[in-house]
Amino acid sequence: MTTQIVLPVELDAVRQTSVNNGEPAWLTESRANGVKLAQELELPRLEKMKIERWDLSNFGQLREGYAASAQQLPDSVASLVDLKEHSNLIVQVNSSTQFAQLSPELAAKGVIFTDLETAVREHGDLVQRYLHQAVKSDENRLTALHSALWSGGIFLYVPRNVEIEIPLQSIFVQEDDKTTFAPHILIVAEANSRVTYVDNYFSAQFDKTIVHSGVAEVFVQAGAKVQFATVHNLGSSTTDLSYRRGIVENDGSIEWIIGEMNFGDVMSETLSILKGNGSLSDMKVIAVGSGSQKLNYTTKAVHFGKSSESQMITRAVMREQSTAIINGITKIEKGATKANGEQTEKVLMLSPKARGDANPILLIDEDDVKAGHAASVGQVNQEQIYYLMSRGITREQAERLVIYGFLAPVVTEIPLEPLQQQLQGLVERKLGQ
Amino acid sequence: MTKFVVEGLKATIEGKEILKGIDLEIKGGEIHAIMGPNGTGKSTLASALMGHPKYEVTDGSVSMNGEDVLEMSVDERARAGLFLAMQYPSEIAGVTNSDFLRSAINARREEGNEISLIKFIRQMEGKMKELEMNPEFAHRYLNEGFSGGEKKRNEILQMMMIEPKLVILDEVDSGLDIDALRIVANGVNSMRDEDRGFLIITHYQRLLNYIKPDVVHVMMQGRIVKSGGPELAERLERDGYDWVKEELGITDETVGQEA
Repeated sequence: MTTQIVLPVELDAVRQTSVNNGEPAWLTESRANGVKLAQELELPRLEKMKIERWDLSNFGQLREGYAASAQQLPDSVASLVDLKEHSNLIVQVNSSTQFAQLSPELAAKGVIFTDLETAVREHGDLVQRYLHQAVKSDENRLTALHSALWSGGIFLYVPRNVEIEIPLQSIFVQEDDKTTFAPHILIVAEANSRVTYVDNYFSAQFDKTIVHSGVAEVFVQAGAKVQFATVHNLGSSTTDLSYRRGIVENDGSIEWIIGEMNFGDVMSETLSILKGNGSLSDMKVIAVGSGSQKLNYTTKAVHFGKSSESQMITRAVMREQSTAIINGITKIEKGATKANGEQTEKVLMLSPKARGDANPILLIDEDDVKAGHAASVGQVNQEQIYYLMSRGITREQAERLVIYGFLAPVVTEIPLEPLQQQLQGLVERKLGQ
Repeated sequence: MTKFVVEGLKATIEGKEILKGIDLEIKGGEIHAIMGPNGTGKSTLASALMGHPKYEVTDGSVSMNGEDVLEMSVDERARAGLFLAMQYPSEIAGVTNSDFLRSAINARREEGNEISLIKFIRQMEGKMKELEMNPEFAHRYLNEGFSGGEKKRNEILQMMMIEPKLVILDEVDSGLDIDALRIVANGVNSMRDEDRGFLIITHYQRLLNYIKPDVVHVMMQGRIVKSGGPELAERLERDGYDWVKEELGITDETVGQEA
């Protein structure tokens, strides 16, 4: 059964823009293929939420031409970064790079850290080998649309045995509702390398709702270690559709730290594919819902490798009329002996009108494994509030302590101090304090 | 001079009357003990005085130095000088013991006049030493994973740090071995002061071997049925409660469904 879908893009326009932007033929074809797939494929099916009813009509227009790198840090992000000579930072506004800096030491070691379009021109073979290989364009209409429309984004390549101590950071700011907002993050960490990547997303308030179509692909080769931290703080007129995926080879490890601090609707999926023996994945998600937000978060780990291990923790605080569906999926494939997968999803509801649903799912096709899950949805415990108040603490402060206490087991585990502080501040803002 | 007065206090839980008219007057420097078998309303009295939301006060008055306590919210009562060491303290994950205590102390201070971190830590460490508590408890989450005895010591630690005017100890001796009991009693005794009153609710007399009360009350059927000096506690320890029931013609001393 096929229904006529009105897509927010046109094949000819996409092809023409790609050609006008001087993109190589393979990329123009990849984009055109994305449009065709989008016509055939359905939207993803979300657990207990109808994405079909969301307003996904505005993906913006693909920008033509590359704005020359202005090397001017926009005022709006200046407070977020402590820019030093050795900082590694890329800032994009409306998908155009406004600032880019990679320390000479890292460049000398062969590290590539640039916007993805530049990478296509300068390291085309490398990009082509990995682009859309973890999140494939033919998965559903959203991944297809992303492959047609991606714009801006990052290419981070860390050669074999290179270990980078300081985090590489990028910031994405959307200031209008007309330009496509679809950055693609592509990270390749070669064998035995080590890197930390941190990004931030912001958007202004618009008249018309715009979609942020984000994909992050992380390739963790044997023995490599990647920390990927992302904080989404998009405005209420931005709908965030994000896929994050890591493929982890033998003895590699990936750590995801995700702050879901948006004000608009969100569909996000973070998935680690533990291909290699002894591969590891750790996911930490904190989220605060407010207003009438609809939020659908999925964390997922798929185990193929023997003795592979995954940890997933999601903690969400829900205010006002917000609704969250939180899915945790641990899948252990046949042959992944001695695998171990643990997951926890907890939702704290602050208002009788808020809704939260935690769905832990274990899919296990191998006998010799360990797996565990815990999920809870509850309101602030009034007995705890009474106890705190009986020591002279006001109700407001008592509730604050309980809410921060609820998030603390995740926040305090975040290995990057500035990120911890930033998240703390954003949580406060979202809680209206 | 602290003066805490309870007059004709009645309270219900889920519509069931548990306190049927309690009268008490505690002055600074005095230690009162309330004794009685289980299910006679002792802990309800403690919770109603602190303002637990489950209990509804239906009649009577409570005043602290002339101020109407029943008009106050729970936190206002605490800041007015009331402290309840609870029988079952809450466990709160993610909030460290020291963050919690500092919030409690700063709640009593003007903004801009918060206790300095160094002074606070020094005080807390000193009191924890007196209570023979492991210093790591300062950084543990509030009561989470504490044993029964550790929770009780933690209640006493809070009392010592907050320095309230009127202290209610609700079955603080339950679940304590003899060493812990001595430590807790020493903590309480170190807080005896001209200006501080105590109301000790207990099931057993043994705590009163360590903390000498001035007045002993016996509670049955939601009322104080008998009051006397320390010798009353000793007789209860020796002879039990049956003679009191006999003297007053009481067959079932309990009230409501309370355990």
